[in-house]
Amino acid sequence: MSVIVSSRYGKNLGTRNVLLSGLHIDRVLFIGITAILLIGLAALYSAIDQNNALVVNQMVRILAAIGAMLIMAQVEPSFLRRIAPWVYLIGLILLSLVMLTGDVGKGAQRWLNIGVRFQPSEIMKLGLPLMLAWLLHDRPLPPSFGMIVASLGLTFAPVALIALQPDLGTAILITLTGATVVFLAGIGVGYIISAVMAALISLPVLWYFVMHEYQQQRVLTLLNPDSDPLGAGYHIIQSKIAIGSGGVFGRGWLNGSQGQLEFLPERSTDFIFALIGEEFGLLGALATLLIYLFIVGRGLVIAATAQDTFSRLLAGSISLTFFFYVFVNTAMVTGLIPVVGVPLPLVSAGGTSMVTLLAGFGILMSIQTHRKLLAR
Amino acid sequence: MLAAIRIKDHWAEQRLFTRRVIIASIIALSLISLVIGRLTQLQVLEYDYFSAQSQGNRIRLKPVPPTRGLIFDRYGTVLAENLPRYQLELTKEQIFDVDNTLARLAELGLIEAANIDELKDLIQSHRSFDAVPIRQQLTEVEVAKFAVNRQLFPGVEIQARLARHYPYGASVAHALGYVSGISATELKKLDKTDYAGTALIGKVSLEHTYELDLHGDVGHAEVLVNARGRVMEILGGEPAVPGQDLILTLDIESQIEAYTALNGRRGAVVAIEPKTGEILVFASSPAFNPNTISAGMSRKEFDALQNDFDLPLFNRALRGSYPPGSVIKPILALAALHHDTVDPDRRVLCRGYYTLPGMSHRYRDWKVHGLVDMHAAIEQSCDVYFYTMATELGIDRMEQFLRRFGLGTKTGIDIAGEKPGLVPSKAWKRAAFDNRQDQVWYPGETVITAIGQGYLLATPLQLAHATATIANRGEPYRPTLLRGFVDPVTGMAEYFEPTPMKNAAVISDEHWQRIISAMTAVLGSRSGTARAAGLNASFKMAGKSGTAQVFSIAQDEEYDSEEIEERKRDHALFIAFAPVEDPAIAVAVVVENGESGSRVAAPIARRVMETYLRNLAP
Repeated sequence: MSVIVSSRYGKNLGTRNVLLSGLHIDRVLFIGITAILLIGLAALYSAIDQNNALVVNQMVRILAAIGAMLIMAQVEPSFLRRIAPWVYLIGLILLSLVMLTGDVGKGAQRWLNIGVRFQPSEIMKLGLPLMLAWLLHDRPLPPSFGMIVASLGLTFAPVALIALQPDLGTAILITLTGATVVFLAGIGVGYIISAVMAALISLPVLWYFVMHEYQQQRVLTLLNPDSDPLGAGYHIIQSKIAIGSGGVFGRGWLNGSQGQLEFLPERSTDFIFALIGEEFGLLGALATLLIYLFIVGRGLVIAATAQDTFSRLLAGSISLTFFFYVFVNTAMVTGLIPVVGVPLPLVSAGGTSMVTLLAGFGILMSIQTHRKLLAR
Repeated sequence: MLAAIRIKDHWAEQRLFTRRVIIASIIALSLISLVIGRLTQLQVLEYDYFSAQSQGNRIRLKPVPPTRGLIFDRYGTVLAENLPRYQLELTKEQIFDVDNTLARLAELGLIEAANIDELKDLIQSHRSFDAVPIRQQLTEVEVAKFAVNRQLFPGVEIQARLARHYPYGASVAHALGYVSGISATELKKLDKTDYAGTALIGKVSLEHTYELDLHGDVGHAEVLVNARGRVMEILGGEPAVPGQDLILTLDIESQIEAYTALNGRRGAVVAIEPKTGEILVFASSPAFNPNTISAGMSRKEFDALQNDFDLPLFNRALRGSYPPGSVIKPILALAALHHDTVDPDRRVLCRGYYTLPGMSHRYRDWKVHGLVDMHAAIEQSCDVYFYTMATELGIDRMEQFLRRFGLGTKTGIDIAGEKPGLVPSKAWKRAAFDNRQDQVWYPGETVITAIGQGYLLATPLQLAHATATIANRGEPYRPTLLRGFVDPVTGMAEYFEPTPMKNAAVISDEHWQRIISAMTAVLGSRSGTARAAGLNASFKMAGKSGTAQVFSIAQDEEYDSEEIEERKRDHALFIAFAPVEDPAIAVAVVVENGESGSRVAAPIARRVMETYLRNLAP
């Protein structure tokens, strides 16, 4: 029998780290995040013609997001577990409201205007892993068939609402979020194989019945970008030229002609990784990817050493979802997969996802720093 | 049994989870290896290729908008052309604060403050690297004003573009329509690549119907830019394919004659070639100047035009629904002949009014005609003859016959927004009214329908179509404004065949002869209602006048046009075709509140026919 001593893990770390531990900040994670944010600011400064005002804008967003991270880090995981279903429910209600009344931005209905404009799909990015972790945490694992079906249903509801907006990128990522929780919960290999088979079979169905013409166009464009050099192929062609011309060492900060001459579209948002590749070269791009892997790795360590199922599933899912963000964006920018409109996390300009991402890291920190000492 | 009771095993679960995290890490590493492999491929193996591309990427692709097709009349006169003009374009991607830029442009007077919200929507709906036209047709002063302040507006540029010009202005405006800036809603429905660089789109009438043919296909130019992105040289590319030229069926000379004859009054003239359905004249008055709209009118100016009391933007020829009055009498006479409900040579006594058997209500005639047969009844427009005839014929057969001549349904002309008019029937009345009592068809309603009053409504286009059908002895052709396309590259013209319509009326030659001879007498005999309009003509015309009440006048009230304000006066109508022996033109004229069909509308029809036939003579 183990006795649980309710003292804080951080208190044993000595006076030097009183500030960090007192604030429930995980030092390792924080270093990784700071490094990626700095790379992001440098790339952004170059992407937007060295416009100080825009960089200041982005810094303000980062500070707000760090605030959200700090708040989440203070919240005990057990509290999160209690409110998990409610967060999910509120997210679902807001998503439905968007369908009914939302503002239309850039041709898609994603925004809800209540005082401030925000996208309810952001809530769902955390709401879904919270809900699934809550659902599975006090049941025996690996999950039973019923639990798997329930998890899929809980994932499908928000995904359908988001896909209808239409926001394919976010819908895909939230689907992956749900999949990571079920996978980490230990779902059997048989299920995984049948899921992959089902996905392959449903591809033609998706193509002919679900995908919009512009989405089909993106896939076709990926296969042959030169078929439409002024339209959808333009992004991929210019992005590949930017990355390729960077070479091993890059063309130097503020010196990439693709970015500076404005050939590269959306270079401050979705395609900022191409600018990193152009100006910082293969080495800079690799360094960026390694820092991302470092952050993901730390997240998975936190997940593996977490003390209860809820924390484990939640931390694991948040870390892996973050990884998928990085992968989908970099694969899309390098022309490996179709353009789905996913920003590079923590780097791309624009604040909506920044807050959610750092709030997620706040949860990781909370899980890490609220661990109870287990004495034998 | 044991398998059914599953107990949470924390250590086993922890081990399972750790295993899964390891698998996930392996998957993640392999996925990221794919990206790293791709980076290596692009940045190391293909570096030379992409480096050269990037060096060569001083070459920028610019969309080249196609030249809009021209519009010609049937004899090749240019009705719509393209002239060079300057416009202001904005590229969102190159601008830090779009709102601020727009506000400052408004301060300089280059755009209107009232349009800013609309412009923002427009800019938002374009791709960030597209140049969005925000102001058309800059004056030379404005060009100079912008040039002086150019450095204050990065991302805003002046472009020389082709603008639409209509040499004949208002006189053909309702047939041609006009072009103006593409709105955000229209952009959603368009192929954005194809319209990259296109500033103007057809909004109404022909410019709208044949937008895709007129537009052509976008090309692109490869241009060499310097390190600041300024265009240094044009290297090549794919030329734009200009839009198709349209050859219309209109005769511009007759069209101008019609518009001039209307003399600013509210009304419309439509003329059709009976053998083909080709529309020779399509005039609606008052009209607007399409050149000022296409040049980019301010919202205020456009609102003023839209709210003008005389509705100059309203296409009366297409959408004006008028009681046709007596001009439908020839059709009803044909119906009675066809169904044999009347002996055309039997004379009816006209005392100046008619009463239904057993009723006291007097249906008035416009004068006392005395004894009239069918010929005289048409020639002198005797109402009592037709009241009597309609009672025998019945509303159902009247309706059926009016429909055969194209009334009550859209003619299918190739411009949008056509009104169907209305031919009443017993079934229509049952469906149109909620109240039981209103659903009943009264005999008196048949009586007034006989003189084109009551519920009956027709557009000038429908009346011209019906007249053409009479002229062609029951064989209607679908009215069209387009004769053919000309490919501007090859110069090859492609003409369309006339489209026969199904609702032909098979009526014996004898009946046609009788009715057409009566219609000829309207203009040609000494007792015809429109004899003044028929004097000294070099060709033989057939016609019928109509004077339709706008407001019903109580039976004992004396008609006094002095006391009725202008808008309550009768509408003046006239239909005609010529030459009678081999009709080449059928025309319908409506002059709102013109008071007299024979005095006001008939001379206009005469002038139009004369102009057209003069050009036709070999």
